[in-house]
Amino acid sequence: MGAQLRVYKRRIRSVTATKKITKAMEMIAASRVVKAQRKVAASTPYATELTRAVTAVGTGSNTKHPLTTEADNPTRAAVLLLTSDRGLAGAFNSNAIKAAEQLTERLEREGRQVDTYIVGRRGVAHYNFRERKIAESWSGFTDEPTYADAKKVAAPLIEAIQKDTAEGGVDELHIVFTEFVSMMTQTALDARLLPLRLDEVAEEVKPQGEILPLYDFEPSAEDVLDALLPRYVESRVYNALLQSAASKHAATRRAMKSATDNAGELINTLSRLANAARQAEITQEISEIVGGASALADATAGSDR
Amino acid sequence: MAAELHVELVAADRQVWSGEATLVVARTTSGDIGVMPGHQPLLGVLESGPVTIRTSEGGTVVAAVHGGFISFADNKLSLLAEIAELSDEIDVQRTERELERAKAEGDAAAERRADVRLRAAAAR
Repeated sequence: MGAQLRVYKRRIRSVTATKKITKAMEMIAASRVVKAQRKVAASTPYATELTRAVTAVGTGSNTKHPLTTEADNPTRAAVLLLTSDRGLAGAFNSNAIKAAEQLTERLEREGRQVDTYIVGRRGVAHYNFRERKIAESWSGFTDEPTYADAKKVAAPLIEAIQKDTAEGGVDELHIVFTEFVSMMTQTALDARLLPLRLDEVAEEVKPQGEILPLYDFEPSAEDVLDALLPRYVESRVYNALLQSAASKHAATRRAMKSATDNAGELINTLSRLANAARQAEITQEISEIVGGASALADATAGSDR
Repeated sequence: MAAELHVELVAADRQVWSGEATLVVARTTSGDIGVMPGHQPLLGVLESGPVTIRTSEGGTVVAAVHGGFISFADNKLSLLAEIAELSDEIDVQRTERELERAKAEGDAAAERRADVRLRAAAAR
């Protein structure tokens, strides 16, 4: 076998091995998307009921609560960025990080100091490499987040927003995550969790203008709101974590699918080149034989004379 | 037919139980409260404790609920809990072991959780 042909054969073998791996990763991601989607769906009843309750207290009472009233002059904001632990997911992480950076820039332009909280090793690595400050970070659960993880993430955020701004607390809480629209579309977006915009929340719950009943609060509207809002933040963080996980798996699936397709194409091209090289070798050999035979024939013909 | 109310018992990550009932008893921070059809709209904070639901078929469903909310309006009752388990789902032996361990370690929160589970399982 010629040197050229051997090189092609070797490359085909290595690309085939790569293709097998990416194909396996694609299938794993595809099955995980379905599981993650099911988890998003399972968490929806709790989130809707909670949002309803928050709206009910917010609109049904004249309670003033630090978590629902906007500060007159907000000076500090917390941004929670959700990324994944592992890469190989196309532009998933860079899109989320880009969205967080745009939000940070906007908030800073409006004169707010921004504390960044990050979930996922990818985001942490990005910020560490640029030597930017991270208030707190978590990792290790982004593929399959549980409610306990969401509680862990939400706890310092709730604590920060309840503290006075002068003592290191924050006035606003923003979250940046990747929304799972469909298998093909996932968009990175930012949302303000707190202070609550009650009118916006209310629209989500009852689009057809249904009137909420006058509730009797047990023990009191303030106490209910005190207990509700942290749960509300936790449930929103949980939902965002689940959506991020589903989006990450969908992005991985897509990235791995195109990697598999590319490997297939590469194998085709290499096989054609290898075939051409083999054919060239054969042609060369034949022409050498024919050339040698005719030279020999010429020589014998000459000696006859 | 007796008046009914629709009950949804949801935990953070799943729907635990849903159906029609004639009476729901739950423990709020200011004491036990019983809700029957036609109750005034209500929104309360739940203590961890067992929740008893009398279904319209005459059966009883007991669930261990660890903190959360009760909300009632338009004959629809929602019980929201971070963690909720039906009494049938509770493994008594395992919970007893948990209770002993929590007592030994002095973990008050775990002890309370195990206690609530056992009480719910006993009421079944």
